[in-house]
Amino acid sequence: MKIAIASGKGGTGKTFVSTNLFEVAQKTGIPVTLVDCDAEEPNVTEFIDGDVFYSRTITQKVPVINTEQCVFCGKCSDYCSYNAIVFVPGNRFIKVVEDLCHDCGACLVACRYGAITEERKLLGMVKSMYIGPHAEIIEARAEVGVYSPVPVIKKAIKEANSRYLTFFDSPPGISCPFIATVSQADFVVLVTEPTPFGLNDLKLSAETLREISIPFGVVVNRAGLGNREVYDWLDKNGIPLLAEIPFDREIARIYSQGRLLAEEDENYRRQFEELLRTIKKLAT
Amino acid sequence: MNEIIILSGKGGTGKTSLSAAFATLGKPVTVADCDVDAANLYLILQPENYFEKRFITGYKAVIDYDTCSACGLCIDYCRFEAIAYQNKKVILSEISCDGCKLCSRICPCQSIRMVASDKSRWYAGIYRNGFMVHARLAPGEENSGKLVNVVREHARKMAHEKGIETIIIDGPPGIGCPVISSVTGASKAIIVTEPSNSGFHDLKRILELTSNFKVRSYVVINKSDLNEDITEQITGWCAEMKIPVIGKIPFDKQFVGAMLQCKSIVEWAPGSEASKEIMKIWNSVNDLNQ
Ligand code: SF4
Ligand code: SF4
Ligand code: SF4
Ligand code: SF4
Repeated sequence: MKIAIASGKGGTGKTFVSTNLFEVAQKTGIPVTLVDCDAEEPNVTEFIDGDVFYSRTITQKVPVINTEQCVFCGKCSDYCSYNAIVFVPGNRFIKVVEDLCHDCGACLVACRYGAITEERKLLGMVKSMYIGPHAEIIEARAEVGVYSPVPVIKKAIKEANSRYLTFFDSPPGISCPFIATVSQADFVVLVTEPTPFGLNDLKLSAETLREISIPFGVVVNRAGLGNREVYDWLDKNGIPLLAEIPFDREIARIYSQGRLLAEEDENYRRQFEELLRTIKKLAT
Repeated sequence: MNEIIILSGKGGTGKTSLSAAFATLGKPVTVADCDVDAANLYLILQPENYFEKRFITGYKAVIDYDTCSACGLCIDYCRFEAIAYQNKKVILSEISCDGCKLCSRICPCQSIRMVASDKSRWYAGIYRNGFMVHARLAPGEENSGKLVNVVREHARKMAHEKGIETIIIDGPPGIGCPVISSVTGASKAIIVTEPSNSGFHDLKRILELTSNFKVRSYVVINKSDLNEDITEQITGWCAEMKIPVIGKIPFDKQFVGAMLQCKSIVEWAPGSEASKEIMKIWNSVNDLNQ
C-alpha cells in the first residue's frame, strides 16, 4: 500500500504528519518505508536518521555537439522543444544550454551528420537508510539549480518498490514534482490549515487529485487557529476529514527541535495510530 | 528600479503574509506574485484585474487510432516511459508525457498530434496600494518557471509605465526552476526563515542559490520566539557568513486574524510588535546600500 502525504504549499505540516505516521507504523513491526520525495527541500532526515545503507547518484544525459562534424544545419535546434540548443546560423554558432535540457533525445534523432553524442550530468542523489530491521527511509535530493527534480523523485519511488507499507512525503505545489509523486500512490493525505491560504491551496490540490483520479482525505493541522471554512468545504464536497491536530506551541517546539511528537507524547501517539488505521481502511 | 524578492526555502514560514505587509506599507508598489503554484497573495491584496491572459505551459501527445498501425516505434523513442503496449494497443499516458514532440516526428503513419495545454492564466490588476501581476497554474502543469518569467516581465513593464520604483516579488518556495526564474535580476532578496532545524537547513540551501546568482540577501527570522536556541544558532551562523539578519518577528496570532479579514498585518494590527518589526525591516532593506 502506498500513501502520499502532501499539501498545496509547504509548511502546513506534511513532514510532521509523514514522519509521525512512519514512527507509529514501524513500532507495530510491519515493514515500512518512508520516501522523502520533496527533493528540493528534503527534511525527513532532520527528524529520523540512520546509517546510510546505500546511496546512488542520479544523472541525466545531455547532448554534446562536435563542431568539427557539425554542418550547422540547425535541425537539432528545431527539434528541441525546450529551447536548449542555441543556434545562430550566420555565425556558425551552436551551443547546448544544459540547464534547459530535458534529456528527450530529439536532437540526436535530428542530426544526420553524427555530430551529437551524449554525456552524463549529475542531477541528485537517492539515499537509503535503515532505522530498524524493517524500517527504511529513502531520500531523494536534487542538486541545487537543476531544472527539474522529477527524475530524482521517480528513481527514489522506484527504489521503494516494497510489497508492504510505503509513505511518500510529497513535494509541495501542484506541478510536475507533485504529480510524479502522487500519481504513484493508492491514497493521498492532504495536510492543510484552517485559514484562507490553507483552503485556497487545498482546493487546488483537491482539483488536481480529482483530475488524475487518486482518492484522498484531509488532515487539518493547527486546528483552532483560523475559521470553519475548511470544514464546511470538506463537508459540502464529501471529502473525509481524517484527523485534526490542534494548534499548540508545544507541538511547534517539539517539531522545531527535530523531535517526533508520537515519541514524546503517549496521547498523540494514540492519535497517530488511529489516523494510520483510518488511512489504511480508506486506501484499500 | 528596486526589485525586492521575498523567498523562503520551505513554505509556511510566513513569506506571503510578509509580502502582503510590505505591499501595503508605504509608497505605491508593483507586486508580482511568482508563487504561481500556490498563489495566495491575491486573497489579501484583492486586486481588481483589468486583464486575463492564457498561458501555454506545454504540449501533450495524442494518438489518432484511425491511422496508428501499432508498430511501437514511438515506444522505443520516448524517453519518458509515456507510451506502452496495453492489449496490443499503443497507450499514451498524459501524466508522463513531457511534450518533447519526438514521437510525433518519428511516427511513420503521422498518427501523433501535439495538443497545447492552455488552461493556465495570468492576470494584471490594481489593488489599494498599487499594481499587481499574478497567475494561476492549471493543476498538474509544468513550466512554472516560464510563467514566473511572464509575471515578472509584466510587473517590470507595468512599474516602468506607471513610474513606480519598487517591485515586490513573492517568490516561489524551493530551489528549483521557478525560483531561479524569479531570482535572476532581482536587486535584493529577503529570505524568511523560522527557527527549526528544517528551516535552518533550507535557509542554507536557498542562500547557496542566491549567492550563486549574486543577489544580495537579508535574513528575517519569523516566529523567532518559538525556539530561541535555534534563533541564536541561525543568527550566529549568519554573522559568520556575513549575511545580515535584519529582523526577528515574534509569533503572533494576529497574522491569522489579519488573513481572515483579507488584510495584511500592518493594516489589521499596526500597533502589534510584529507590525513594528516589519516596518523596521522594510526601512532597513530600503536604506541599505542604496
Ligand atoms: S536532448 Fe532534447 S531537450 Fe536536450 S538538447 Fe536535445 S532535444 Fe533539447
Ligand atoms: S543537426 Fe547536427 S549538423 Fe545540424 S546543426 Fe545540429 S549538430 Fe550540427
Ligand atoms: S509510431 Fe505511430 S504508428 Fe507506430 S505505434 Fe506509435 S503512433 Fe502508432
Ligand atoms: S511527446 Fe515526447 S514525452 Fe510525450 S509521448 Fe511523445 S516522445 Fe514521449
